[in-house]
Amino acid sequence: MMEEGADLSVTIAQIVHRLKGAHLHSQLEKQARECLHRPEIKLESLKEDVRSFLKASGWERKLQNAVYRELHILPPPGHPAAPPEHTKEPLVYMRKAQASWEKRILKSLNSMCTELGVPLARKRPVSEQKELTNKWNEMGTDEPDLSKFRPVYAPKDFLEVLISLKNPNYDCREGLTANSHWGLIQISLNVRDIPQMREAYPELSLTCSQLGIDDHAHIPPVVSEQDSAAAQQYSRQGCPTGFRAQLWALILNATNEPEDIMHYEQLKAAVIHHDLLVDNLIYKDVKLTASNDDYYFVFEDFLYQVLLCFSRDTAVLEHFSYNSATPPKSYIQGKTGAEEFTVVYPPNGVIPFHGFSMYVSPLCFLYNEPSRLYSVFREMYVRYFFRLHSISSSPSGIVSLCLQFERLLQNHLPQLFYHLQAIGAQPLRIAFKWMVRAFSGYLSTDQLLLLWDRILGYDSLEIVAVLAAAVFTFRAENLMEVTSLASAEAVLADLSTLKVMPLLQVFLFA
Amino acid sequence: TFFPSQQNSIGYTLTSLPPNSDSPDREGRSSVRYKCSMINSILDVLRQRPGWVEIKEDGEWDFNWCDVGWLRENFDHSYMEEHVRICHFRNHYELTRKNLMVKNLKRYRKTLDREVGRLEGAKCDFFPCTFELPSEYHLFVEEFKRSPGSIWIMKPVARSQGKGIFLFRKLKDIMEWKKVQRFSLNFEDQRDEAPVESYVAQRYIENPYLIGGRKFDLRVYVLVTSYLPLKAWLYRDGFARFSNTRFSLSSIDDQYVHLTNVAVQKTAPDYDPEKGCKWQMQQLRRYLTAKHGSEAVETLFKDIDNIFIRSLLSVQKVIINDKHCFELYGYDILLDQHLKPWLIEVNASPSLTASSQEDYEMKYRLLEDTLNVVDMEGRLTGKEKRVGGYDLMWNDGPVYREDVSLETLGTTYQIANTNLGCVNDRRKQLRQLLKPFPGHKRS
Repeated sequence: MMEEGADLSVTIAQIVHRLKGAHLHSQLEKQARECLHRPEIKLESLKEDVRSFLKASGWERKLQNAVYRELHILPPPGHPAAPPEHTKEPLVYMRKAQASWEKRILKSLNSMCTELGVPLARKRPVSEQKELTNKWNEMGTDEPDLSKFRPVYAPKDFLEVLISLKNPNYDCREGLTANSHWGLIQISLNVRDIPQMREAYPELSLTCSQLGIDDHAHIPPVVSEQDSAAAQQYSRQGCPTGFRAQLWALILNATNEPEDIMHYEQLKAAVIHHDLLVDNLIYKDVKLTASNDDYYFVFEDFLYQVLLCFSRDTAVLEHFSYNSATPPKSYIQGKTGAEEFTVVYPPNGVIPFHGFSMYVSPLCFLYNEPSRLYSVFREMYVRYFFRLHSISSSPSGIVSLCLQFERLLQNHLPQLFYHLQAIGAQPLRIAFKWMVRAFSGYLSTDQLLLLWDRILGYDSLEIVAVLAAAVFTFRAENLMEVTSLASAEAVLADLSTLKVMPLLQVFLFA
Repeated sequence: TFFPSQQNSIGYTLTSLPPNSDSPDREGRSSVRYKCSMINSILDVLRQRPGWVEIKEDGEWDFNWCDVGWLRENFDHSYMEEHVRICHFRNHYELTRKNLMVKNLKRYRKTLDREVGRLEGAKCDFFPCTFELPSEYHLFVEEFKRSPGSIWIMKPVARSQGKGIFLFRKLKDIMEWKKVQRFSLNFEDQRDEAPVESYVAQRYIENPYLIGGRKFDLRVYVLVTSYLPLKAWLYRDGFARFSNTRFSLSSIDDQYVHLTNVAVQKTAPDYDPEKGCKWQMQQLRRYLTAKHGSEAVETLFKDIDNIFIRSLLSVQKVIINDKHCFELYGYDILLDQHLKPWLIEVNASPSLTASSQEDYEMKYRLLEDTLNVVDMEGRLTGKEKRVGGYDLMWNDGPVYREDVSLETLGTTYQIANTNLGCVNDRRKQLRQLLKPFPGHKRS
């Protein structure tokens, strides 16, 4: 009991500390000061009256939402003596694997840099700055020569790393035992099975109606109450199309206050002043993926406006305290090895990989003011997406998702799993690319948004693994007939006609 | 319900379908002889329809999917039995030629102003200010001078696929064009000269609704099976066609920006045929709903319905009604930034060539359902409000989703029976609605 109390006060102290410098704090102070003029504030009951005023005017709710947001990204309380690396990732072998993967990526980036003679960063001449400012809303019309650039890595490279992950403390002998891994992932993590998920996702049961179309004309009350926590709960049964944008912004507490807009403008200025090598990677990625998509091609310009700014946003570095990854460091020319001359590269510490822009594309469907779109994307990234491409033991991390997918399929359709494994078509090889992108670009947009409603609603990426297993289950009959990896890929090549909610509901509850 | 076979056996055997007792004048045919002059998706649909047989060259036909040229040359000389169907109305051009459409709409509006009131007439302001040239040249110049700096678009009345269209801001821009057209301002002179091509000059919509900085227009399909009384169906599917490049008023010479017809887009230098320039209507409707909320979007689609109905009513008395005729129109609609829809034009021969697999499937469905509505096989009762992806929009009066009853009578709030851009679960609906094809069992 005593410990719980101590933990709680530590948490409270942490949150208070984080919010103290924030804009919301100064706004609250200002509101409190100004309300003193109001007739209902009496000197005798000053504290209570100011409190009731802040409650009635909606400011208490804003504070609640901000606290709720902090709770989301606050890592679970650890042992007081644990070093900060433990907060990032408690398991040593995972940390080591992540570190060596990062080394490889950085090496690849540096060698591309040397090979092409392109600097990691370069200040733009004034004429180029002017040109870019004019072209800011249509950067997609630019056709720079990107042939020499290659993506730093693709999901399949990352998969190979995950497959080779081994827990040195785990004796996986040869021979099939009850605990053997007949999938690709060779480590044991605690992943939930179907009965456990039925308890965790009761809102998806077959008897609960799901919002798929606009069946209500009225505004959901959670929107008018502006309550983050309530909105999150609401989202578990899907958001109505007309209110999804507001609901997601509310759940993520992604505001569009003047300070957010100013922050975005500063990032834009940074893009104008400096050119980064990763910009080319972003261009290439957008051109190869989103621009070729029948539905997302229209949003090409927005993608540049978001991703180029994202690369320069040092506020993103905060999330590395709970991300197993560590931002790559680069040295200022000539000073290799000297610690005081290191800079984080790119400024936000995130090197984009092939398909990265697909994290942003579906959001363009909901938001078109660049600063708003940016706020929402950044928050989605630091809460969820980063876990899809870093090695960690988190239940929402890609490693857990892969393992969970394999386990679910093995338990639900062992014959199918066995058949696919026997013909050299390990299911994870096909499902991995879906999960890394949280299905963006594979499902039709409306279905994808319904899936992401649940990621937000349940504050977990677990549902992505469940969907992957449900897709295999849905096409099981055809898959039993195939005799090669290529034909298995063909059966699962087109997911655009799938309806997400029935698949999930039937898989979990039928 | 099924029609049991004549023999007492478990399954169904080939029998001929007795005529539909509900509509004694529509005798169902188990075999339909058709002629088709196209080689695109319509031919596939016709070939794959059970019991339909293609007639080549001369020979009697029950159904003709002809082009407008054939119609012009042969319609007046053809005798058609009662059951025969053909896919155009004799003088469809009253609706589809730009100058005639505008003339009919203007006349209809005046009638409404006079007989009902200005408020009703105002519901017809869905087409931009248009003048026919050369006949209305002076009126055009007057209006042009009244709004200096605005952009106008010049379109030949009879051509399609964006040919011959250009934009202009100054009168001197069209001086050259005038010379080329050899038209004189003096009407009497024209009689002796070679036929002059008619044009319309129209106010260009300078504030189109943009998505991703790109302009787009909507293609919507409306099927008319009769003008007197007017019976019109609206298809749920359709698409938005995007311009390949970003919209900007600074370069009105770049016709590729401004003209979104797919046919013109194909000649643009950076056109990639594999790249999708189209969004399905459902996608667009969802996007707009996400951006503006369902109420605003419902209002928009109601306004779009209004365009179809009024444009058809405006030519109702002019079109030669013929029970043999039906027509599938392709409406081109443009949205502006205030979510107001504008009528650009109506096509009597909307393109049935597919630009992608998805497009092919949509056009296939559309044509299949068109044939379902035309109902050569006599499977419908004639009282249906929905057939596959088609919703009955107008049946000698507005059609509502709920039938008028004692409770609803007197209420002003009625939901129209249209679902453009909504889910098209046609297969399920058709299974419930239709009996199997003659000689076939239900699959």
